[in-house]
Amino acid sequence: MNLPTFLGGVHPPEGKALTENKPIENLFPNEPEEFIYPLSQHLGAPCAAIVKKGDRVLVGQKIADSEAFVSAPIFSGVSGVVKEIAPRMTIPGSLDPCIVIENDGKYEKAPSLFEELGRNPSPDQYVKFVRAAGIVGMGGATFPTHVKLSPPKDRAIKWIIINGAECEPFLNCDNRLMIEEPDEILKGLEYVLQIFPQAQGVIALENNKPEAIKILTERNANSRIKIMPHKVKYPQGAEKMLIWSVTGQEIPQVPALPADVGCIIFNTRTIWQIYQAIAHGSPVTERIITVSGDAVNNPKNLRVPLGISVKDLIVECDGFIEDPVKVIAGGPMMGLAMRSLDVPVVKGTSGILALSKKLAYLSEESACIRCGKCIEACPIHLEPTKLDHLVRLRDYESFEAHGGMNCIECGSCAYSCPASRHLTQSYKAGKAAINAKRQQAAKAAKEAAAKLEAEKKVEQKVEVKN
Amino acid sequence: MTKLTVSTSPHIHSDFTTRKIMSMVIAALAPAGIVGIYFLGIRALLVIIACIAASVLSEYLWQKIMKQKSTVGDLSAVLTGLLIAYNLPPTIPLHMAICGCVFAIIVVKQFYGGIGCNIVNPALAARAMMLISWPVAMTTWTLNGISGATPLSGMKAGMISDMPSCWNLLVGNMGGCIGETCGVLLILGGAYLVWENVISWRIPVVYIFTAAILSGIFNHGGDAHFMYEIFTGGLLLGAIYMATDYTTSPMTAKGQYIYAFGCGLLTALIRTWGGYPEGVSFSILIMNVAVPLIDKYTEPRILGAPKSNFFKRMGAK
Repeated sequence: MNLPTFLGGVHPPEGKALTENKPIENLFPNEPEEFIYPLSQHLGAPCAAIVKKGDRVLVGQKIADSEAFVSAPIFSGVSGVVKEIAPRMTIPGSLDPCIVIENDGKYEKAPSLFEELGRNPSPDQYVKFVRAAGIVGMGGATFPTHVKLSPPKDRAIKWIIINGAECEPFLNCDNRLMIEEPDEILKGLEYVLQIFPQAQGVIALENNKPEAIKILTERNANSRIKIMPHKVKYPQGAEKMLIWSVTGQEIPQVPALPADVGCIIFNTRTIWQIYQAIAHGSPVTERIITVSGDAVNNPKNLRVPLGISVKDLIVECDGFIEDPVKVIAGGPMMGLAMRSLDVPVVKGTSGILALSKKLAYLSEESACIRCGKCIEACPIHLEPTKLDHLVRLRDYESFEAHGGMNCIECGSCAYSCPASRHLTQSYKAGKAAINAKRQQAAKAAKEAAAKLEAEKKVEQKVEVKN
Repeated sequence: MTKLTVSTSPHIHSDFTTRKIMSMVIAALAPAGIVGIYFLGIRALLVIIACIAASVLSEYLWQKIMKQKSTVGDLSAVLTGLLIAYNLPPTIPLHMAICGCVFAIIVVKQFYGGIGCNIVNPALAARAMMLISWPVAMTTWTLNGISGATPLSGMKAGMISDMPSCWNLLVGNMGGCIGETCGVLLILGGAYLVWENVISWRIPVVYIFTAAILSGIFNHGGDAHFMYEIFTGGLLLGAIYMATDYTTSPMTAKGQYIYAFGCGLLTALIRTWGGYPEGVSFSILIMNVAVPLIDKYTEPRILGAPKSNFFKRMGAK
């Protein structure tokens, strides 16, 4: 069978077998312990705390919010007392402002979103519910979902694509969710299709999830929804790859967005949250996490309240077989390496992986031999080795001219490089340098404009005086 | 618990390394060399050992003197030595072979910055240097104690009756360099490398067929079967193992087609009208030098970029 796919990409070892047949288990600790909620769990403006030290909070109670459009409120995953609002270590390894809640183990629920927004919302109210529920891209990108649901008026949305590809090795949280709660996902998609009456719904998965494909196909009764298996290849779940293989369209170069080609993409868990928000008025208070890797004793798929410590997850999985060299939040291709396990789970944490020395990538760089494997691997069709060279020369202008800003940081090039060049690291540095430069230029332009304005005013005053 | 390592993604890596690639190419080349030793005598083995030793030693000493990190472990010097030996007649005096290896490693490879930075293939540059410096020693062939012309020079001279039989042609029982005679094993080794995704089929296939077809059109071999065009001289060794050298061949698919066609065209031209019987070394060397230019004009189109035509892009640059 000729399954849809894209050009480029790599085939990393899947590692899915460790957890693919393990049903989701609940982990809701009853002992008093700290649950930590960073004020920034999404792309966009950080939130401000709306509770204070000593307040009692309930499960699903809003504890932080922001006025900004590109932002999403944060909810407590446990009931208990606010212990403090202070900087704590988070997954990226930095100290960020956090709300610390002492869990009382009762899991008392706060009133649903319906109390505030009314029951049985109509489709034009859905976006408001999504915003109120604090939904962000749960696959890890954490882009606020209500922003995606509000595309510019001149963009006709023709495709709503549910990303169930889960192309990252080891992860199974989306796979298990599709197997165990297919109806919620289908209904969530139906809600979104009601917002966009012209759109076709697609659930895209990789062909290595036969159980999920079967169950979704059986349960789907809606002619506007299509279940679409794809070839197994990393990074099938990247936005640009998915749009290309589902619709045959290429997203123009940066800064174009999926909406520019009539597409909106949601992660499986995101669409599940949309269902929960609209059908039950529930906000984002928990998530499913795959705890896996070759250094974990008993890999599992866990449903946990947000804010729980990563250490608790590891303990629940019976600890480590051997000391891991790396512990990663997310998948091994794009995830973040953590420096401590005393960090909280946030909305975008899809997996916790502990890798042994055997698997973790630690090899030393050697010279590029121009083999072209990175060019073959790049799903965006860049020339990674050339871009790497330009970044090392700090020639950011040429980096940009050769399309460096289009890099999606999927890691395919670095994965396949025989010389172990730290290619992805280079592009991250190059992109950061260019973004910093742009911000600086924008700031300078703003200041110059302000200065000009001030001078004009002075001149006018002088003229008036004269 | 021990300290955790923090670094950027990706956190896993394919098991393809420079060293693994080099050892796979060496493994692919080995059978043809063994058959070469069988037909050409034990002296061939001596030449192979001398070349590998000289290459590795000159790389090691150069990096020691220049206080650089040693790259001997990546096995690329071993491969260079092996390829030089495969390109020499078994009767070559050893001091000449060693000179060639030192030239390849130090002048062609290290002067330009070591592995990945040389602009031409070190083994071929060494062969070209030796061909010019010691033309007689480089073109004296003995088979079973009788010296004679190689089939390729015989073809050029129109001595078709002296040609080896088709069987001898395939298995390599004919005059020639140590590693270039056993066509069947060279092709099998190449197939293994393509299967293992070390090289792509593009350069060898396009190169070999371009050379064979154009030689036919140019009427180079006269009445000789076109199989002679493929199985004699260094065409197979050059097209499969030397034109595909990563560092000196284009990185994109489009570039590889252009490069391979160029190699084939030049080989046919030199074989038919050139002063030397052997066109492969010079063709590949010339195309090596053209690689930066080919790379520049065959940049892949970035996903989502407007589709531009070739001439527009030429103008834009």
